Amino acid sequence: MVVSGNAEVMRKALLDALSLPAFILLFTMMGFGSLARGAGFGAEMAAVASLLVWGLPGQLAMVELTATGQGFIAIVFACSLANARFLPMVVSFVPAMSRSRSKVPGMLLDAQLLSINSWAVCLREFPHIEPEFRHRYYVTFAGSILAAAVAGTLLGYHGAVLLPAALVLGLIFVSPLFFALVLAAVSGCAERLSMILGCATISIAHYLFPSVDLLITGVIGGSLGFAAGKFCKAGDAS
Amino acid sequence: MQADSLWLIVLGCAAATFIWRALGVAVVKRIDAHGAFFQWITCVSYAMVAGLVFRMIILPESELAAVSLSIRIAAVVIAFAAYYLLKRRLVAGVLAGGVSLSLMASFIG
Repeated sequence: MVVSGNAEVMRKALLDALSLPAFILLFTMMGFGSLARGAGFGAEMAAVASLLVWGLPGQLAMVELTATGQGFIAIVFACSLANARFLPMVVSFVPAMSRSRSKVPGMLLDAQLLSINSWAVCLREFPHIEPEFRHRYYVTFAGSILAAAVAGTLLGYHGAVLLPAALVLGLIFVSPLFFALVLAAVSGCAERLSMILGCATISIAHYLFPSVDLLITGVIGGSLGFAAGKFCKAGDAS
Repeated sequence: MQADSLWLIVLGCAAATFIWRALGVAVVKRIDAHGAFFQWITCVSYAMVAGLVFRMIILPESELAAVSLSIRIAAVVIAFAAYYLLKRRLVAGVLAGGVSLSLMASFIG
């Protein structure tokens, strides 16, 4: 079934966000909020960081390095490096929205809204959405989870919810589990090979070059997967 | 640290992250969405995201590091089993994995 129509698409986006991703963001950003407080940031600073940085690995680098008293350049550089994945993510995501005419300011805004959640969920759902409504689906979905993330940051900052340690572990685990389940359903030979090779690469790169392990993983795992994908396409009847 | 310099750090980090997003837009403007370069960079994204998820589960730096690797792997297996057994519902898989990790962490340690 293919969804189309403004109201239908927005309803689907909200339901898809509320079915899990909004809660995942709420809980993971609670963790960030409490760390930000420990590092000396104000509540509104933490909320603005979630809103404008909008990439947890970079936000974590920011609070960790600030807490250990690093200088401005070192903090900003580490944050930037931890969020460098947005370059390939934006490149692979924007064309999937199949907007025929798009202007640069609008594209920059779309790029700013992108997160790993929206990227994974939208690429999964787009085939079920009429092309001209995909952008609306994306903006509604991304906007909802961003709101949940900012709310979670503030809740975590103010320590509104104190949970037992075992439950907290389960909640932290939910985020990678969600992505693992979404990614396992990705079709496409080259994409699947890239993911498997990415997992193999990071297990080595993480020990050799911990600060740039994801970049190395992307370039090596992705290039090998891309090259290997040529062979499975050749053997593929379709 | 002064509030001013903390604000500067937050805004600096936002700008430094935005650079990658803007570079992505600049690249999108210049490439063919059906060409080999696009396919390659899509593979790079998938490898990075899968690597990030793998790192979060197998090589975590969060509190999860305190939970033994065998418990984490068992919870992933339970999550996938629940997902495929219960009509591929993400909620079922995620709940089963999260709850089983919490229970194993409290009773097995």
